[in-house]
Order: sequence, then structure tokens, then C-alpha cells
Amino acid sequence: MPKATRQSFGEALAALGEKEERIVVLDADLSCSTKSELFAKKFPGRFFQMGIAEANMIGAAAGLALAGKVPFACSFACFLTGRFDIIRVSIAYARANVKLVGTHAGIGIGPDGVSQQGTEDLALMRALPGVTVVQPADDRETRQAVEALAAHDGPCYLRLTRQPVDDVHAEGYRFRLGALDVLRPGRDLSLLATGGTVGPALGAAKMLAARGIEAEVINVHTIKPLDVDALARSVSKTGRVVTVEDHTVIGGMGGAVAEALGERHPAPLKRLGLLNVFGESGASDALYEKYGLDAPGIARSVGAWLRP
Amino acid sequence: MKPSVAQLRELARRMRIDIVRMLHAAGSGHPGGSLSCIDLLATLFSHEIERTPRNAADPGRDRVVLSKGHAVPALYACLARAGVIEREELWSLRRLGSRLQGHPDVARLPAVEASTGSLGQGMSIAQGMALAGKMARPGFRVFCLVGDGETQEGQMWECAMSAPKFGLSNLTVILDANGGQIDGFTKDVMNIEPIADKMRAFGWRVLEIDGHDFPAILSALDQARAGAAAAGGAPTYILARTVKGQGVSFMAGDYTWHGKAPDTAQAVRALEELGADQGEIAAVKATKPQKG
Ligand SMILES: Cc1ncc(C[n+]2csc(CCOP(=O)(O)OP(=O)(O)O)c2C)c(N)n1
Repeated sequence: MPKATRQSFGEALAALGEKEERIVVLDADLSCSTKSELFAKKFPGRFFQMGIAEANMIGAAAGLALAGKVPFACSFACFLTGRFDIIRVSIAYARANVKLVGTHAGIGIGPDGVSQQGTEDLALMRALPGVTVVQPADDRETRQAVEALAAHDGPCYLRLTRQPVDDVHAEGYRFRLGALDVLRPGRDLSLLATGGTVGPALGAAKMLAARGIEAEVINVHTIKPLDVDALARSVSKTGRVVTVEDHTVIGGMGGAVAEALGERHPAPLKRLGLLNVFGESGASDALYEKYGLDAPGIARSVGAWLRP
Repeated sequence: MKPSVAQLRELARRMRIDIVRMLHAAGSGHPGGSLSCIDLLATLFSHEIERTPRNAADPGRDRVVLSKGHAVPALYACLARAGVIEREELWSLRRLGSRLQGHPDVARLPAVEASTGSLGQGMSIAQGMALAGKMARPGFRVFCLVGDGETQEGQMWECAMSAPKFGLSNLTVILDANGGQIDGFTKDVMNIEPIADKMRAFGWRVLEIDGHDFPAILSALDQARAGAAAAGGAPTYILARTVKGQGVSFMAGDYTWHGKAPDTAQAVRALEELGADQGEIAAVKATKPQKG
């Protein structure tokens, strides 16, 4: 069943609240959208409604963490990471154990348009020393990622979708923080995707297979620290890489991959995502189509790149 | 010719119809905060500002900044009545390729004056324009509409401090105090009251009115204009008490109508309440809303 990863997050967090009493949750007037409301309803005494005041919320989360709590601070990805200097000094520099949760990632949110679309957040959070950056691809993975980040000691950024995403993992899947997740083996190229583009990348791989191109599809759920060993292994087999993300191609997952491979295992590389542009308003599906992030669009870009 | 109170009332009624139709066609958006501010915006655009934004290239024009950018259907309705955009274009709201983005995009549609939608930013932008307005000969005025939930943003308080320092008597900030936001009533989410006292303490000339009472709106704007003409004066803050979703019975006062569009049956009901003619109602029935 397709499900928004923000919904999976909300459910997982509410469940985790039972086991881990140090967890507290903060939100900035978006709890019904980030789904932190599920925790709020269950544990009203451990939920702080901060109002539309993200800077203050992030600072308070830092203080809670420094005082021994495990705070999850939630808002839309753009509003949260927009308070960059506060995250930088109060959280990252301090190594405060705050879990920043940015929902409404990318153009996949649809008609609200650019001001609500987080399309540079990965680049921002990746730049900060010691911050773990995770973007799960489906319901199963999100639930486990929430537990893993709660257990991890250190600042984290969790990026989630507004739109429902298809399941890409079967029952029994085990999420491993910091590892690459190979969803489909292939020899002709490594096709790396993250979050909302993982489903479309798998769809594109099927279309490419029909044309004799075998893509190795890899879900990059942990963008930082990036599993460079596994990446190099895949690329030494396939010889080329395509990255797909609902984010600017500058500094995001594609940027991380380009940086790592450039030093470690140079290979021809193509980054798909927002090509140095902002998104716009429109239906979610229509935007993925226009910006080439749906399965046919990815297959087309890959095909054109391999066989110009 | 400035419109009479009766004409303003009629104008606002028609704009409410536009807002409901826009949101219905878009299939998403923000009715509550658009309907609460339309009487204020309609009066500003049709009565108060010296030159309409028709000529966005006119450097001497008065400016209106919609800081609570999610209420942009109200702004588009005003721009359509001012002849800046065609009424037919209104139904393209939030669709792929439209200039009518889900939140104001000044790069695509200069008449909206500023790109907003991340709350808390518009008041500072308006302040910057007002600083430029003070330097210009002849000067111009700047109006900024803000939300009460939005007022929780720290940047608003930085601007609350700085605008009086710069003696920006040409700046008028209007608070659409509808009492609701997303997660609840503003008093419960994060109380901003007593907001009049706070703004007065920061050095603003504060006027408190019923934001749906046209004579009161006109009188407050008159006082702001008189203040602007006086040398070295304070900026004006109009605290307008409003009702979220005003004009549509099943939305009024209900914050759950903050950010969801009416479906076809709800839109028809709303239009009937607003006294829309059969042509408008038929147009709604014939419209297929965009899916989010
Ligand atoms: C910085 C920022 N945080 C959160 C949001 C999400 N958001 C959109 S509207 C809204 C509530 C706004 O309340 P208010 O200012 O009272 O607007 P109104 O009730 O007049 O519509 C929120 C939290 C946003 N647009 N910008």
C-alpha cells in the first residue's frame, strides 16, 4: 500500500515513545502535517507546540538534548533547514543529540509551490560536520530509520515525503544505518535514488531492462555518512552512475556521490534532479513528469545518456 | 472615483466568490485566511493605494505586500478586479505553468510585489520598500498584511523594533487577527496577546478595528494616511479583528478550513450563500478540480 513516509514516521514515533522515555517532540504549528500529532495525542506532556517559530523551536530542542532528552524537532524541510545558523551552532557544533525531521521534501509536495518545497535541505544538512542525514524510501524503512536515529547518539536529519510512496522493501527487510541498499542487481550502470525517487527508479530499471540495459538500483537511504566502499564496489562492476533525487543536483545525494567517486573511483556520472532551478506549483505527478523524475523520465534520461 | 461603502461590500462579495471558485478548481489551498482578509485587501486595492500595481514598472507606486502568502487567492482576486490579470486566469491557480503560483512569486508575476509563503518574511521586505519610499521623491507608501499565527515568527519582532527606529510613517502593517492557524486557535498554539500593547510598546501607532466593518477599515486607513503625511512619524499597525472563513457559514470560525479546498458540493453551497448567480454555480459544477 502506498503511504507517505511522514505518516510512517508519525506512527513509529508514537510507538517508540512507549519504549524510550527520553524522547520528546517539538513542532511549529504543523503537527497535523508532519504527523507528530500522533505522538502529541499519546504523550501530551512530552510534546511542545512552539507555534510558527522554527528558530526558537530548534534552539529549545538543542537545550533539551543538552539536558539529556532525545528531542525530535519537526517542520517542513524548507522551514527547518532554513534556520541554518541555529542548527549549525546550537546543534551541530554542540554535537547536541537532536533529531531534526523535515517533511514535505521536494517538488513531490505539489501545488503549494516553491516556498513550501524543500529542495536544498540535503545540501545544507550534509555540509554540517557530524550530522547524520537519512531519507527512507518506504513505510518499512521509515519505521526502522526512526528507531535507528533515536538510538544513534548525535545530531540527525530525517527527510520525509508528503506524497504516498510505493513499498520497495519486502517483509523481513532490515534497515542498516550508513549502508547502501541494493534493490536490484545490474551490470550496465549503478542507478542511485533516495526517498520519493526510489520507486520511480525501480520502474525505470524495468523499462531499461526491456531495452537490454541492466541497471543496478541502489537506495541511498543514508546520505551521510555515505557508504563509499559499497558505492565503489557497485561502480567497479557497472562502470557508470546515475543519481536521481527530488532535490537540487547541487550538493544533495548526487553531489555526495560525485564528491566521493571523484576522489575514490572516478567514473562517468549523470545527476538527475532539479537542475539548478526552483520547482513550481502543480499536481505532484505532473511535476515529477515535467522534471523527469517519474519512471519514464528517468529511463529516457538514462537511455539518452548511455546511447546518445 | 473612490467606491462607496456599499460598493466595497459588493466588491468583496464578488471577490469571495472568486476565492471559492479558485480554490475549488485548484483542489487545494487556503480558504480560511483568504476569506478573513478579503475585506481589508479589497478596501486597500480599490480605495486606498494611490496607483494600482497595474504598472509594476512605475517606481512611484504604492505597494501591498502579502506576508501571509498562503492567502494569495485573495490577492489574485484583487489583481483581477484591478485589471492586472484576466478573471479567467484565476482558475489556473496552482496549475502547472500558471503565473498564479500557490504562494506569491514576484519573479513570475511582478504585481504581487514580493515572494512570500515562508511566514514571517514579508514585514521586513515591506520595511525595506518603505525605506526606499522615504528616499524617493515623491515618496510612496507600503502596506503589509500579516497573520496572527505568523506573528509568532521572531523576524516579525525584529522588524517591530526596527521600523519605528527608522520613522517609517509610510509603512502600514495590517494584522488579520482571525484567531486561528493550522494546529488550533492562536491563543492555544502560542498566544500573541496583548498584541496592541506590545506593538505600542515597540513604538507603533496602533489602531484596533473590526476587519469586516468597512467604515471602520476606511477610518483606520484615513488615520494611517494622515500619519504618513506627518513628518518623522511612527509606522501604523492596524489590528483588524476578523473571522477565519468569513462569509461562508460552514467555514467561519473553524480553523480546520485553514488549508483544504472545498469539494464541488461544498463550493456550490458556499457560492449559494454568497449570492452567486446561476452562471457561476454552473461553472463550478463543470470544473474538474486539480488533484494534489
Ligand atoms: C515559516 C513557515 N512555517 C510554517 C508554515 C506553514 N504554515 C502555512 S500557513 C500557517 C498558519 C498561519 O497562520 P496565520 O498566520 O494566523 O494565517 P491565517 O490564519 O490568517 O491564514 C502555517 C504554520 C509556513 N508557511 N511558513
